[in-house]
Amino acid sequence: MATEAEIYGALTEIFHDVFMRDDIVLSAELTAKQVQGWDSFKQIEIIMACEEKWGIKFNTRELDALRCVGDLATMVGKKAG
Amino acid sequence: MTELHWLPTIPDWRQRLRALPTDRDTAWDNAVALANARLNFVLTNALDETIRQVLPTGPETTATKKVRLAVLGSSTLTHLLPGIRAAGLRRGIWIDTYENDYGQYLQELSEPDSPLHEFKPTAILIALDAYHLTAGITSGLDAESAEAALTEIQDRIKEVWRLARDAFRCPIIQQAALPVHLPVLGNNEHRLPGSRAWFVTRLNQAIRAMAEAEGVDILAVDDRAARDGIGKWHDSALWHRSKQEVSPTVGPLYGDLVGRWLAAKQGRSFKCLVLDLDNTVWGGVIGDDGLEGIALGQGSPLGEAYTAFQEYARELSRRGVILAVCSKNDEANAVEPFEKHPDMVLKRGDIASFVANWQNKADNIRAIAQELNIGLDSLVFIDDNPFERNLVRQELPMVAVPEVSDDPTGYPVALADAGYFEGLSVTDEDRERTSQYQGNKARDALKAAVTDLPSYLRGLEMQLVWKRFDKIGLQRIVQLINKSNQFNLTTRRYTDEDVIAVMADPDAFGLQLRLLDRFGDNGIIAIIIGRLRENKDLYVDTWLMSCRVLGRQVEPTTLNLIAQEAAKLGARRVVGEYIPTKKNGMVKDHYAKLGFTVMETDEAGGNRNILDLAAFTPAETFIHVVEG
Repeated sequence: MATEAEIYGALTEIFHDVFMRDDIVLSAELTAKQVQGWDSFKQIEIIMACEEKWGIKFNTRELDALRCVGDLATMVGKKAG
Repeated sequence: MTELHWLPTIPDWRQRLRALPTDRDTAWDNAVALANARLNFVLTNALDETIRQVLPTGPETTATKKVRLAVLGSSTLTHLLPGIRAAGLRRGIWIDTYENDYGQYLQELSEPDSPLHEFKPTAILIALDAYHLTAGITSGLDAESAEAALTEIQDRIKEVWRLARDAFRCPIIQQAALPVHLPVLGNNEHRLPGSRAWFVTRLNQAIRAMAEAEGVDILAVDDRAARDGIGKWHDSALWHRSKQEVSPTVGPLYGDLVGRWLAAKQGRSFKCLVLDLDNTVWGGVIGDDGLEGIALGQGSPLGEAYTAFQEYARELSRRGVILAVCSKNDEANAVEPFEKHPDMVLKRGDIASFVANWQNKADNIRAIAQELNIGLDSLVFIDDNPFERNLVRQELPMVAVPEVSDDPTGYPVALADAGYFEGLSVTDEDRERTSQYQGNKARDALKAAVTDLPSYLRGLEMQLVWKRFDKIGLQRIVQLINKSNQFNLTTRRYTDEDVIAVMADPDAFGLQLRLLDRFGDNGIIAIIIGRLRENKDLYVDTWLMSCRVLGRQVEPTTLNLIAQEAAKLGARRVVGEYIPTKKNGMVKDHYAKLGFTVMETDEAGGNRNILDLAAFTPAETFIHVVEG
């Protein structure tokens, strides 16, 4: 079972790889608007990287409900747990 | 498996990417190394983005030809472009890409002032999604209407090819349709004429037949999806969300399929498979376990797996891949199974270069390349031992070394999935190659037996069979033009289309030269392109030769031919130029040696030379010249 800290650690690495920047600091409230370049394609990259990392799959409704990094971390926690 | 599983993981990959130097050539070399790692789609995108920031216009010089690839399609393809460019990088090829505005591929092809025309592609990938290709197809159709729809879509694809070819005269590759549709009848889907799933199957057969007739190549994503599972390739949720037919996670593999095509088009596929022996070709250690102790052949699952790997290697060899052996063994031990073990599929005669000793493998691989007279960058080395793999990767980064486990069932898969030996067609030379290399050894033996060169050359009973360029020879001509580096006076690279243009030009000639001798057929060994200028000078645009036939008087014999063909065009003089590159220093004084007068030399080390045909006497050689 992955702890919240572990999930945020792994998510941070994914974000750094996806955006090619090491200065992004994740918080639960962070949204796409606050990160330069976070468009719908990057969103798909992030989701698929999570699916690959934890061997999970999100469905369309779940993806549509994502609003911020906190939502993503919670959902990873539920599925990977 | 859709991962690039044959590539090794590089532990400090991220740090090395962030630390790419600013010097262009060093940055390029480092990025090529980073591209040869097992990357997922996120890291592939990161690499692509970084190298394009550091080198917006690519490296200053490459041994390869830069490519401008237009990717034309009917749905979202943007996410596939980084994988394609990274696959080029993996092979040292700089690729610029262009993607048409969403859905606008036909318009952009047709309109001469479109951004596509401005891009001036040198290669075109047509990637039409299966939804687009099956528009209007429904299970309500009767057989006749389904047939008409199939003909119509074929005609439309053919029209796209025609537009692309007329506008750009460059190689075209057509992506096969992905089998994304679900069956509606079931096992016997083929009985439903209007089934979309069955339509895609039929369309893919039809496209292949059409492509053969039209000289178009196929990107066989349907075959790949059949191996990997369509679920790995296509995610219908993503299709609904973003119109991405090919899943982004498959991007690196998709890109690699395109990259190996582009490399093959430049004649840069790998040519030779170098095999380790103990625990690679058979199970166990021949020096310790002996002939009876090694695992090979019927009777054990492990033995059968090694046999299966040998069979795959033999299949490769029969279609033109050269096999070599590089083993740490006493030679007598290493050869013994090839000669005595009843279950050996590979025989001693299948191996063109056999090196078994106790020296380090990097040195031995260099010796193999030298013996076979091919570049190190055309060798693939397979070894179960991680130490040897890493040593060779470190010492010889240009040699491909697939990452394999100690399970031999994975060896053929690694070789096949990596696409090292991607071929576009099979020439007769390919099928005869191993025997050609065997012939070389017999020649060397004769050379050792006779003491003076003239009697050796006379004893070879050489025949030079020459022909103008023709369609049959096209593949091999283009391959040689793009692969020859050392004996190549001008190193001009040409495509199929360029070579066809030479055939059609009344003021030019293209010659293909084949050398035969008492040990066999060496195949096409030299290519000449001559162009008549308005002042009646015949300019030798291209003169290249395989280094295998150096020192056999082929050069003066070729000049006799050039003079003869130049005179036929009405030329008064022959002009020969040497354009220096990093690799062609051996032919710097080529023309002077042949009796040309040096007219000028330049600072870069190049020279231009003239031969007056009125004063030219053909050289006498031991080669009998025949028009073929």
